[in-house]
Amino acid sequence: MSAQEQLGVKAQTVETNVDRGSGNLKWRHFKGKILTVLGWFSIVFGLGMLLVLILDVVNKATGIFSGGTNWLTWEFFNNFDSRFPARAGAKAAIYGTLYTITLTILFAFPLGVAAAIYLEEYAKDNWFTRLVEINISNLAAVPSIIYGLLGLQVFVRWFAFGRSILAGALTLALLVVPIIIVASRESIRAVPSSLRQASYALGATRWQTVWHVVLPQSIGGILTGSILAVSRAIGETAPLITIGALTFVPFLPRNLFDVFTVLPIQIFNWTSRPNDDFRALAAAGILVLLTILLTINALAIYLRNRYQKRY
Amino acid sequence: MAVTDLRKPINPVRAIGERIIQIALLLAAAVSIFTTAGIVFSLIFETIAFFSEVSIIEFLTDTEWTPLFANQRFGIWPLVSATVLTSAIAMVVAVPLGLIAAIFLSEFADDRVRRTVKPLLEILAGIPTVVYGYFALTFLTPLLRNFIPTLSIFNSLSAGLIMGVMLIPIVASLSEDALSAVPNSLREAAYGLGSTRFEVAVHVIFPAAISGVIASIVLAFSRAVGETMIVAIAAGQNPRLTFDPTVPVMTMTSYIVQVSLGDTPYGSLSYHTLYAVGFTLFLFTFVLNIFSYWMVRKFREVYD
Repeated sequence: MSAQEQLGVKAQTVETNVDRGSGNLKWRHFKGKILTVLGWFSIVFGLGMLLVLILDVVNKATGIFSGGTNWLTWEFFNNFDSRFPARAGAKAAIYGTLYTITLTILFAFPLGVAAAIYLEEYAKDNWFTRLVEINISNLAAVPSIIYGLLGLQVFVRWFAFGRSILAGALTLALLVVPIIIVASRESIRAVPSSLRQASYALGATRWQTVWHVVLPQSIGGILTGSILAVSRAIGETAPLITIGALTFVPFLPRNLFDVFTVLPIQIFNWTSRPNDDFRALAAAGILVLLTILLTINALAIYLRNRYQKRY
Repeated sequence: MAVTDLRKPINPVRAIGERIIQIALLLAAAVSIFTTAGIVFSLIFETIAFFSEVSIIEFLTDTEWTPLFANQRFGIWPLVSATVLTSAIAMVVAVPLGLIAAIFLSEFADDRVRRTVKPLLEILAGIPTVVYGYFALTFLTPLLRNFIPTLSIFNSLSAGLIMGVMLIPIVASLSEDALSAVPNSLREAAYGLGSTRFEVAVHVIFPAAISGVIASIVLAFSRAVGETMIVAIAAGQNPRLTFDPTVPVMTMTSYIVQVSLGDTPYGSLSYHTLYAVGFTLFLFTFVLNIFSYWMVRKFREVYD
């Protein structure tokens, strides 16, 4: 076979391929269009489910679309739980959530921020620091119900706090501390080191620098992250059920060692009663819970914008 | 000449104060170690107590789980099968939708869409799981029963599907991070060779980010395994070894909830079963988390 022939054959092959390619080009671009449509579909599907969920809960709670009974009344906020749906309310649960979460913040916020300050400003690169870091990333992935088992053993039994608000708040605090640490570290790390060096040059000690320079600069991010951690704690049900928070509490807790219930547990309890009226009450509880969470998240977004970095 | 550390105070009283603060901060950081130790020890402690009463052979080979009945049987498999079944159903929803959303957001959508959609999708992950459980039981199950008349009121199908919706943002968000982290030079090179947008995304960027993508899927699976309220509300309380998604089952987490709702005396056998089941659950999620971590480390493509 001559060189020309070889070339000819090759040229032909190339041509055919080019032909095939351009014939396919529309199809090749069309595949991209299909993916775009599927991408929009996934997003619309996810957000659509969210919308359906909210509309369904609003309707079941207030009967606004189906013309049913409105359960989200003054009595709902002002009555204790009852065996009769018409007399049942979420007062104990709402107060229980308020007390538990306040305590959780008191424990978790200083602890989380202090750990973050240590890791960012003080820690040397040694085995202790690495161990702490591995533990934090591991703890963030432990199922929340396992924290409940920890709380049951350590706070309820060993510390003998009983099935109390204190035990519940400590359990939730351990659950959210890793979230606060991660968010706070990120925010502290974003403070430029020139500010620290300027502070040291003025004769400030390490802690003076942290307290007067680093913390004021990073407080926006720390607060935002902590608020998101709190909203996680407000919605948690499983760990509190595990430590033995009660499902039926017809009174307000009087002290730290009193038994308690919280809004998510009240919702769970009403949902598990096979009675449409109680399920409607559960929907009213969900509406209250989602409103609280939405407000808190809006606050977090507001703070994030307010303290936006100006370097 | 010796270098003086300017951060060290000259005043000796202040030096002591600084030292105390530093130790306090260190202790705060050490709480994470105590927490892990607390989890591991309390689980192991009570699990050993459990296995002093029940043989580990029975735990691993029996096919029935009836510790609260007169005829006590302690086979973990019915709880494990239910956990795997509900999680697998969740993955069927979350993986395709999450991955397509991630590819779309990272490679096709413009910046404005990405910045609007990502936080919106993350609302899904922020809804309390008790709310999802309510929705599965009172909305999705009645709806599905129109199409599948044999579907029980409590079933793993509804629970799994709703759990899948909850996990979409986890898969989407983490995979999107992995895809966006692939350097632009790879995209430019692929476009330079005449690839279309689809080919760049699917044949170049996706394979380059595969370790992060798999890690996101494994993490979502681990979440599904540990998820409690959705399955406790919507999947039932009936421990049985089955992969039929239409009947009531009981996951490991549902069992812990069921026992916790009752009055469980400290040190009783049913108290110990909580920890034996909890330990099994912990091992499952621990292995999955380690695998996901290892996946990222081992198969990460390094481009610098």
